[in-house]
Amino acid sequence: MLNDFPLWPQQASTLAHRVDALYIFLLIITGMMALLVCTLVIYFAARFRKRAGVRAEQIEGSNALEITWSVIPFCIFMVIFAWGAVVYFSQRTPPADATEVYVVAKQWMWKVEHAEGQREINELHVPVGRDVKLIMTSQDVIHSFYIPAFRVKQDVLPGRYTVEWFRATKPGTYHLFCAEYCGTQHSGMVGNIVVLEPAQYEAWINAGPNGPLSDSGEKVFAELGCSTCHRSDVQGRGPNLQGVFGNPVELEDGRTVTADENYLRESILDPGAKRVKGFKPIMPTFQGLLTEEQVNELVAYIKSISSKPAGVKTTASAASQTQAQRNGSQVQ
Amino acid sequence: MGMPTVVPQQRFERETYLNKEYGIWSWLLTTDHKRIALLYLISITFFFFIGGFFALLIRLELLTPAGDLVQADTYNKLFTQHGMVMVFFFLIPSIPATLGNFLVPMMVGAKDLAFPRINLLSWYLYIIGGIIMLHCMLTGGVDTGWTFYVPFSSNFTNTKFVEAGIAIFIAGFSSILTGLNFVVTIHRMRAPGMTWSRLPLFIWAHYATSIIQLLGTPVVAITIVLVACERALHLGIFDPKLGGDPVLFQHLFWFYSHPAVYIMILPAMGVVTEIIPCFSRKRIFGYQFVALSSIAIAVFGFLVWAHHMFVAGISVYSALVFSFLSYAVALPSAIKVFNWTATLYKGSIRYDAPMLYAFGFLGLFTIGGLSGLFLAALGINVHVTDTYFVVAHFHYIMVGGAVMGYLGGMHFWWPKISGKLYPEGWARLAALIVFIGFNLTFFPQFVLGYLGMPRRYYDYSHMPEFQVLNVLSTAGATVLGVGYLLPMVYFLWSMRYGKPASDNPWNAAGLEWKTASPPPTFNFDEEPVVTWEAYNYDELDAPPQAQEVTVA
Repeated sequence: MLNDFPLWPQQASTLAHRVDALYIFLLIITGMMALLVCTLVIYFAARFRKRAGVRAEQIEGSNALEITWSVIPFCIFMVIFAWGAVVYFSQRTPPADATEVYVVAKQWMWKVEHAEGQREINELHVPVGRDVKLIMTSQDVIHSFYIPAFRVKQDVLPGRYTVEWFRATKPGTYHLFCAEYCGTQHSGMVGNIVVLEPAQYEAWINAGPNGPLSDSGEKVFAELGCSTCHRSDVQGRGPNLQGVFGNPVELEDGRTVTADENYLRESILDPGAKRVKGFKPIMPTFQGLLTEEQVNELVAYIKSISSKPAGVKTTASAASQTQAQRNGSQVQ
Repeated sequence: MGMPTVVPQQRFERETYLNKEYGIWSWLLTTDHKRIALLYLISITFFFFIGGFFALLIRLELLTPAGDLVQADTYNKLFTQHGMVMVFFFLIPSIPATLGNFLVPMMVGAKDLAFPRINLLSWYLYIIGGIIMLHCMLTGGVDTGWTFYVPFSSNFTNTKFVEAGIAIFIAGFSSILTGLNFVVTIHRMRAPGMTWSRLPLFIWAHYATSIIQLLGTPVVAITIVLVACERALHLGIFDPKLGGDPVLFQHLFWFYSHPAVYIMILPAMGVVTEIIPCFSRKRIFGYQFVALSSIAIAVFGFLVWAHHMFVAGISVYSALVFSFLSYAVALPSAIKVFNWTATLYKGSIRYDAPMLYAFGFLGLFTIGGLSGLFLAALGINVHVTDTYFVVAHFHYIMVGGAVMGYLGGMHFWWPKISGKLYPEGWARLAALIVFIGFNLTFFPQFVLGYLGMPRRYYDYSHMPEFQVLNVLSTAGATVLGVGYLLPMVYFLWSMRYGKPASDNPWNAAGLEWKTASPPPTFNFDEEPVVTWEAYNYDELDAPPQAQEVTVA
């Protein structure tokens, strides 16, 4: 219903309805508060306007009233706070088995790499009804990946990954905006989110010229000679990377961290920062030697050798099999 | 609700702060807080119209979706400099440095501020900062946004960020010194009998403001120095390529810049708290709640900065804490609104121009404050942050609230400042035009923001569906511009042609009305002794009221 209303944004994700519900609740609550204040001010101003012979009646104040109009708004505020927090937790917590897409932002474009190997610029194709998790980083300044129709937004920072997720509910084309001012062509850093039916999406995702991201990562891994130390058969001079992703890692300084995407990224670019217990600080930094895309490929590769064999979702290997059978029809 | 009383022309020229000395040096070297207030008034008005001119160009560019009026880089400089000029060179000094400077000593019954020379120094620092800012704008300008987020400002922009930073850094000291002066004056220089609980609430508001100026401003100064160091010396502080953290910058920046919003709005609240009792002829409802809510805003205002950063990459749990605290800081503002409203109850209300501005303030501040509840709600914030919803919200507070309060105060105290009356009809008309123009400009931006239009977009040809609302907004801006020009014209006019004002044309409470209009150099002919509570309108109205009854 709201989608036909020209003053309301489209609702195209599972989160959109939840954000809108809270928004409508707030419109009603704040509308009532504003109406109350305005009505009282206008009524008092008219009713108690200066008239000859009538003096103002002095009233010092009232503790009971002060408490009433403190406690009632506070209780309302707490309802809004709690409701907002619940929605926010959903917005910020990607489901575990979401399809992963890497996003690299730069002045002034969005570069997108799907795990299956498809690459796009200023466009993102996603299937309807499936959780999609964006793993994002910036090559230069801060950007922000904003899809109004999905009610999601997340700043994209240089030097680390930030994550955003959604589940599209309606096929169509939606706006993608950069929402953090990033220089001259900030307003040109816009694009389209294309939501496809699952079948169309499968056809599209498998039509790309590139192999899976993790395959590219494996090549980079070999070319850079990572495998001379990070061996998978015997214990090398660096930690064995099989099964490392998503698991706790004990560090030299006694801390334990979870090996998430940001940890892998940091360990490639700044190996000394969180060194694994029992290993010497011999790994060189790859800061400046790798493009953001290559870092993403390496991370995708390390994740692929950590994850369990193909399950329900499209894994890298499944994608490469279907790629052989692709029919070449590209759905835009 | 007649015109303020007019006194016949005085037979001989009384000595006032205005006619005691003449000549340029008697102004440029003055240590009289009232003259310094006028120096500030002229300077901030100048910057207000520069910032307003930028705003007009921004609105004209957004009239059509395509970027056709100016270049993208020019547009980016326009909104950057609009923000920097309006925030640092108009809004922050606006009420404190003009009305505050003029009134704080008089309201507490003092001859001057505690440190008159430091007061003059603060104006010079402001002017030096302002000249550097002007030089920066005239020789290329800066395009970082007034928030100058790193690493864009530190390592990417090729515009004159360092110069703009120096300008803000220096102007910041003027703000600190003004705050220092007020704190010491309010503590040490109150007249006999002027206890804390008898202080006008304008003073409480300025006390709270001064605390923020003293504690907050150094942080933004340090932040600017750090960014400049990174930019000039490539020290790794904020840039991840050098081992820094860009989110740290945002923490430091907002640690000042959120409380800075309260530097702008608290004095306006103070103004409104003087106007409403006067034109309702009533003591303020809940004096101590209004007073303490100012202090609560100053304290809690320091604890909510990260609500500007809910999508910036902070943890979910810290977002939770800052969302909660943001609702905590909303409460004292709500309490003020309720107390102002209750003050009207059973009053004897006149609709003179200052009161119309106060009503306008109430309406706009209420909308602005309530829209803050949307932004503090985490789930909604993700969608509307960095959109026009935020732009609308803070303009409702900082223009709808602060500027409306400032204009209300200017009208209320203009007879005291200038000794002249402005034309009441024009003043009421201007109040109405400002109110209508303001709402027409900024209300559509709430809708635009929820539709998803990001701020700082120079070209929206990708989403032409946003044009109708933008046209409305631009139309409103032209109306608003007229509304802001009018008072400047008739205030200037009144200085020459206005009727002379009596010492207390509104029959208002407060020590500033017990001295002449305009006041003598040392404010009072003899030191006042206060034996009454603030807002004693009952006593003020008693004798003439009795006469009125017999006449009727």
